[in-house]
Amino acid sequence: MNTQTPQPSGPAPRAGAPGPARGLGTPGPARGPVAPRRTLRGALSHAAVPMLFALMCVLGIIAAHIGPGFLIRELLSRFARNAVLVTSLLIPILAGLGLNFGIVVGAMAGQVAAILVTYWKIGGIAGFALACLIAAPLAVLFGLGTGALFNRSKGREMVTGLIAGFFANGLYQLLFLFGVGSLIPWHDKSMLLPQGFGLRNTVDLFGIQYALDDLIKVSVPIDGSPVRVPVVTFGCIALVCGFNLFFQRTRLGQELRAMGQDPHVASTAGIRVDRNRVIATVLSTVFAAWGQLFFLQNLGTLNTYSSHEQVGMFAIAALLVSGATVSRATVGQALLGTLLFHTLFVVSPLAGKALLGDAQIGEYFRVFVAYAVITVALVLHAWQKARRDRAG
Amino acid sequence: MTQPVLELREITKDYDGNRVLKGVSLVVRPGTIHAVVGENGAGKSTLMNVLFGMPVIRETGGYGGQVVLDGREVSFAAPIEAMAAGIGMVHQEFMLIPGFTVAENIKLNREPTIPNLLSRIAGPALETLDVPAMRRDARAALDRVGLAVDEWLPMAGLPVGHMQFVEIAREVDKKKVRLLIFDEPTAVLTESEATQLLSVMRSLAAEGMGLLFITHRLDEVLAVADEITVLRDGEVAARLEPRRTTVGQIAELMVGRPAAVVKPGGAAARAAGPPALAITDLAVEMPGERVLGVSLTVEKGEVLGIAGLAGQGKIGIANGLMGLYPARGSVAKDGKPLALNDPRAAIRAGLAFVSEDRRGVGILPDESIELNIVLTALEAQNRFLRPGPIGPLRLLDRGAARRHALEMIRALDIRCRGPRQQVRRLSGGNQQKVCLARAMTLDPDTLLVSEPTRGIDVGAKERVLEILRGLNRERGMTLVVTSSELAELRAICDRIAIVYHGRIEAVLPPDASDESFGLAMAGELHGAEAARG
Amino acid sequence: MAEAPARPDDGGAGAAGAVREYLREIGIPRLLIGVFLVALFGVAFATKMDIPGLATDCILRIARNGILVLALLPAIQGGVGLNFGLPIGIICGLIGCVITLDLSIGGWLGLGLSALIGALLAAPVGMAYGWLLNRTRGQEMMVGTYLGFAVVSGMSSFWTIAPFHNPLLVWAIAGKGLRTTLTITGIWDKLLDQLGQFTLAGVTVPTGSLALFALACVMVGLFFRTRAGLTISAARSNPRFARAAGISDERTRVQATTFSTVLAAIGIVVFCQSYGFVQLYTAPLLMAFPAVACLLIGGASVSRATLTHVVIGTVLFQSILTVALPVTSQVIAGDFSETARLIIQNGMILYALTRRGDR
Repeated sequence: MNTQTPQPSGPAPRAGAPGPARGLGTPGPARGPVAPRRTLRGALSHAAVPMLFALMCVLGIIAAHIGPGFLIRELLSRFARNAVLVTSLLIPILAGLGLNFGIVVGAMAGQVAAILVTYWKIGGIAGFALACLIAAPLAVLFGLGTGALFNRSKGREMVTGLIAGFFANGLYQLLFLFGVGSLIPWHDKSMLLPQGFGLRNTVDLFGIQYALDDLIKVSVPIDGSPVRVPVVTFGCIALVCGFNLFFQRTRLGQELRAMGQDPHVASTAGIRVDRNRVIATVLSTVFAAWGQLFFLQNLGTLNTYSSHEQVGMFAIAALLVSGATVSRATVGQALLGTLLFHTLFVVSPLAGKALLGDAQIGEYFRVFVAYAVITVALVLHAWQKARRDRAG
Repeated sequence: MTQPVLELREITKDYDGNRVLKGVSLVVRPGTIHAVVGENGAGKSTLMNVLFGMPVIRETGGYGGQVVLDGREVSFAAPIEAMAAGIGMVHQEFMLIPGFTVAENIKLNREPTIPNLLSRIAGPALETLDVPAMRRDARAALDRVGLAVDEWLPMAGLPVGHMQFVEIAREVDKKKVRLLIFDEPTAVLTESEATQLLSVMRSLAAEGMGLLFITHRLDEVLAVADEITVLRDGEVAARLEPRRTTVGQIAELMVGRPAAVVKPGGAAARAAGPPALAITDLAVEMPGERVLGVSLTVEKGEVLGIAGLAGQGKIGIANGLMGLYPARGSVAKDGKPLALNDPRAAIRAGLAFVSEDRRGVGILPDESIELNIVLTALEAQNRFLRPGPIGPLRLLDRGAARRHALEMIRALDIRCRGPRQQVRRLSGGNQQKVCLARAMTLDPDTLLVSEPTRGIDVGAKERVLEILRGLNRERGMTLVVTSSELAELRAICDRIAIVYHGRIEAVLPPDASDESFGLAMAGELHGAEAARG
Repeated sequence: MAEAPARPDDGGAGAAGAVREYLREIGIPRLLIGVFLVALFGVAFATKMDIPGLATDCILRIARNGILVLALLPAIQGGVGLNFGLPIGIICGLIGCVITLDLSIGGWLGLGLSALIGALLAAPVGMAYGWLLNRTRGQEMMVGTYLGFAVVSGMSSFWTIAPFHNPLLVWAIAGKGLRTTLTITGIWDKLLDQLGQFTLAGVTVPTGSLALFALACVMVGLFFRTRAGLTISAARSNPRFARAAGISDERTRVQATTFSTVLAAIGIVVFCQSYGFVQLYTAPLLMAFPAVACLLIGGASVSRATLTHVVIGTVLFQSILTVALPVTSQVIAGDFSETARLIIQNGMILYALTRRGDR
C-alpha cells in the first residue's frame, strides 16, 4: 500500500464531515513506522524461495531425464498424500503459535485409528470414514494437551512442540510395543510380534488402501500408460482448503489473526488469548490426524513405529519451500509448497544417481534440504523479530 | 446537580507497606473534562490501575475506599469488566494492531457478524464477519473524532498522530461508554494535532460524556479542563479551577514540598583547576527522557542537583555521560575530552554511576553482595584478581573481595546476612547501598547518582543522603545528583539545574523560592522574568 | 568437587525448613529418577544379576558421556540456554577423528591430535554459531536444534564424497565414501579408559577417562571464577548491568557458545575413544537430547546450571540407561530401555521447558 496516494478504494476524504474537526485526514507524509510496501522488489524477494526451488527441480528433472508420465504419476499421489498434513499447519501460524511441530501427535491419533479399523477388519470407505471419526476425538484430546503445554511455554512453542512429539512417541511405543497383547487384549495374533505382544513393525492397511482415492475411478493416459487421478481425495483437499479460507473470515479467525499479530493488544480488547491458542492447536491436531489418514490410505502400509516421526519435519519444510514464514502462510502457499517440495523429493535421488552415480547422496541431500529450509526460515524469523524488538 | 459519572472516594493503596495512595477523592461530572496532574510517582498510574481493575492491584492486596460509577459502587477484577461497565481508555501506548485496517482495529473483538451454515452447528464463533457493517460503524466513529482517512487502510502506514485518533474512535464506537480516560494522549502528537485533539475532547464532552484527562502538559490542562486535581505523594495537593490558576502555580503544587532537611554547613572546599565536567551541547537518545542540548559545568568538589518534570530529559544526562544511551556533543572531564558512547572510557576517566533503574541496571540480582560490589572494578580496572599471565584468565581473589565487601557493608551499614547473600533478597534501600558501594569501589572522583532514594523507606533515605553528603565532604568527591524529589536536592546540593524540554532551563540556588522552581520546571521562568524585567 | 560460581546462600533456617528447602533443591524429577534407579538396582540384586558388572558399565558410560554433558554448561552460563546445537561441535570432533585416522596416526598422538584438530575447528565454527544465535535471540533453542540437524544431514552428503582414501575408512567395494561406522580398535581405542584402570570388588574403573572428566569439570569451574568467566556470568545475569560496566553481552554470548562447541568437539573424541567406534552420518543427529536431559535431571533449569547438576545428572541418567536394558529384559521381552529413554529424556526436557517462572 502506498500511503502517499489517498484512498485507493472507499469513500473520498470527507472535507465537510460532521464533527468538531477538519483538516486532519488526508494522509500526509507518514512520520510513524511504515508498513513494508509491496513493491516489485518485495514481490521478487517473496517469490525468490519458491523460484529457487522450482529451478532446482527443473535442473534435477533435466539432469535425470525424468519423463512426464513418471513425474506426474508420482506427484499426483504424493500431493494427494501430503496436502492435508501441510494445510494443518496454517491455523497455528495464523494464531501466532509458529510452526506446529506438535502435529506429530495428531499423526499418532490418525495411526491409532488406522490400527483399530484394521484390527476390526472394517475396510473400504466405511473403514476410512470410521477411522476419521475415531481419530477426531483422540486428536482433540491430544490437541488439548499440547495446547496446554504451549500455554506454559510461551515464546518457545516450537521447541516445545518438537519435544512433545518425541515424548509422545515414547508413550506411543510403550502402548503398542509393550501394552498391546499383554495388558490390552489383542485377538488378532497375526498383527503381533512373534513374542506374543507388541505390534509388528508394519501393519498392512489393505482394507482402507485407496478407499478414498478410488471411490470414483478416473484415469488419464499419459505417455501411453494410464495415470490414476484420485478425484475424491482432491475434493476433500479442496474442502479442507475451503474451510481454512472460510475460517479466516469468521469471528474466531479474526480473533486468532489479531492474537497472532499482537497478543497483548488482543487480550486488552477482551480476546481470550490462552483459550484461543488451545483451540488453534486442537484444530491443527485434528487436521493432522486426518492428514495422516489420507497419507496412510494412499500408501497402504503403516510403519508402526516410524510413519509419524518425520511427519512434522516434512510438512513444515514443504510449507516453507513456498516462501511462507513462521508468522505468515496462506492456503495457496501450502499447496504450492507441497508440490515443489515433493517434486524435489522425487527428483533428488534420481538426480544424485545421474550426476554422481549414487542415489544415496541424493537421499541425504533431500533430508539436508528439508532441515536447511526449516533452519533458514527459523533464523530469518528470529532475526526479524529480534530486530523489531530492538527497534522498540 | 447532575449525578457524577465517576466518583472516587478516599482511595487508598499500599504496596509492601508503602502507602502510595493516601485517600484520594475526585468527581467527574457528565459533560465535563477533569484533569489529573502530578509528578511521576505521585500516584496517577496507581489510581488508574485501581479504577481499571488491573490485576496488579488485586495481587498486591486490593485497595481501600470506593469507586462509584453512575451512582453504583463497582470493583473491577479485570480491565475487561471495566470496559464492559462503560469506561473507555485511550492508552498511552497504542493498543492497535499494525497489520489490521483502521476499521478492523476499531471493531476489534466487537465485530458485527452474519450467521452461516457452520456457525449454526458450531456456535457463533464461526459466524462470518460483516465487513460492510464494520466499515459503516468505523466510518461513523472516525467522523465523530474528525479523522477523514479511509477506514480500510492498513494501520501500519498511518502517521502516529492518526493512530491516536483511531484509538479514540474505537472507544467512541463502544455504545455504552460514559467515561473516557485519556492517559497522556498528546505525548506523541504534533502541535496542530494536539490542538485538534483538545477540540475533539471538548466536543465529546459536549455530547455528555465525562472525560478524565491525565497529562504532563500543563498548558493543555488550562486550555481544556473544567476541573483540575493535583496529586502529590499519593494525596490530593489541590483542586483548582483553570480560570483562577497559572501554569507556574500548578507546577509549584506538583513539586513543592517543605524541605525536610536543611543542608548543614558548606560543601567541601572547591579545588582549583579545570571543572570536573564541562558539558557542551550534549544530546542523548534515551527513549522517554531525550536530552536535546545540554550545556553545563560541574565544578570540582561541588554537589550539583539535576531536577525537572518526568520526561523532560533530566534522567538522560547521566546516562548519556556514562555511555549507556547514544549521545552526541562534547564533554571535558578535568579539562580532557571524554569519549562518549563508551562506558569503559567513562569509568577510566574517573566517573562512576548509580543508575535510576536499580533493578534493571544497578544490580546482579542472582549474584552475591560481594560479587556485585567488586565486579565493575574487576572488569574495568583489573582489581580483586590474583596475579596470572593471561589477563582474562586471572582468577578472582576471593580473600580481597571478601575483605573489601565486609568493609563496605560496615561503612554503609548494609543490612544483610553476610557478603555471600544474594542481592535479590535485600530490601530496596540495602540494594541501593550495594549500588553505592559498587560505585565507590571504583574510586571515582566524580559520582553520578540518579534517583538515589526512589522506592526506599524513610530511614534508608536519610542514610543514603548522609552517605552522599559524607562522600562529598570527607572525600571531596564531586557529585551530580539527579532526582525527582526536589526537597532532597535542596537538602544536599550547592546548585540545582532544572531541565525542561531536553535543555537546561535554569540553574538555581537551593534556597530559591518554590515559585521559581515551579516556573522553571514548567519552562516559564524566562518568560516570567522577562515580563517582570 | 569444584562448585560453579556463587551459589545462593540462603542462610540457616529451622531444621524443618532446611529439610523442605533441601527437598525443593533436589526437585521432584531428580527424586523420582533417583528412586527409579534404586528400584532398578534392587531388582537386579533380587534377581542375582551381576551387580559389579552393571556398576562397571555405569561408570564406563558416565566417563564416556561426561564431557558432552559438561559442554552444555558454558552455554547456559552465557545466557544462550540449552545448547541443542551440540551436534555442530560434535561434527568438528568427528572431522578431527577422520583426519587423523586417514593419516593413520594412532596411539596417544592420534587421540590427542583428533581432539586438537576438533577443538581448533570448533573454535571458529562456534564463533559463527554464536554470532548467529546473537542475531536470533529468543529462539536460540530452535535455531540451535535445526542448525544442528542441517549440519549433520549436510555432512552426511559430504561423507559420501569426502576425499578420504584410507581403505580402513572407505567402503571396500566402491572404494570411496566413508563407512557409517569406523572401527578404531588398535588405533586409539580405550587409551584413556585403560590408563590407570583398576578393578575393585569386581568393579572396573576407567581411571583415565574418569579423571579427564573430573579435570574438565575443575577447569570449567575455575574458568568461571576468572575475569573472563565472571564477565560471561554477569552478562547473562543482567545484560544491562554488564553494559554499564563496559561489557558487551553479545561478545560474552559468543565466547560462551564457542566454549560449549569446543568442549563438544573434545567430548565426542573422548566418547569415540571409549566406545571403540567413530560413528558418522546420522549418528550425531539426536546426540544433544540425551546430554540435555542429563543436565536437566541433575537439577538444572533452562537458565541455570552448575557443575553439581552436570555430575549428578550424568551419573543418574547414564546409570538408568545402562541398567534399564539388562534389568527389564529379565521381566519383559524386547528392548524396553529405548522406550524408557525416550519417555524419561523428553519428559524431562518438556518439564524444563514448561516450568513456570523460568524464562
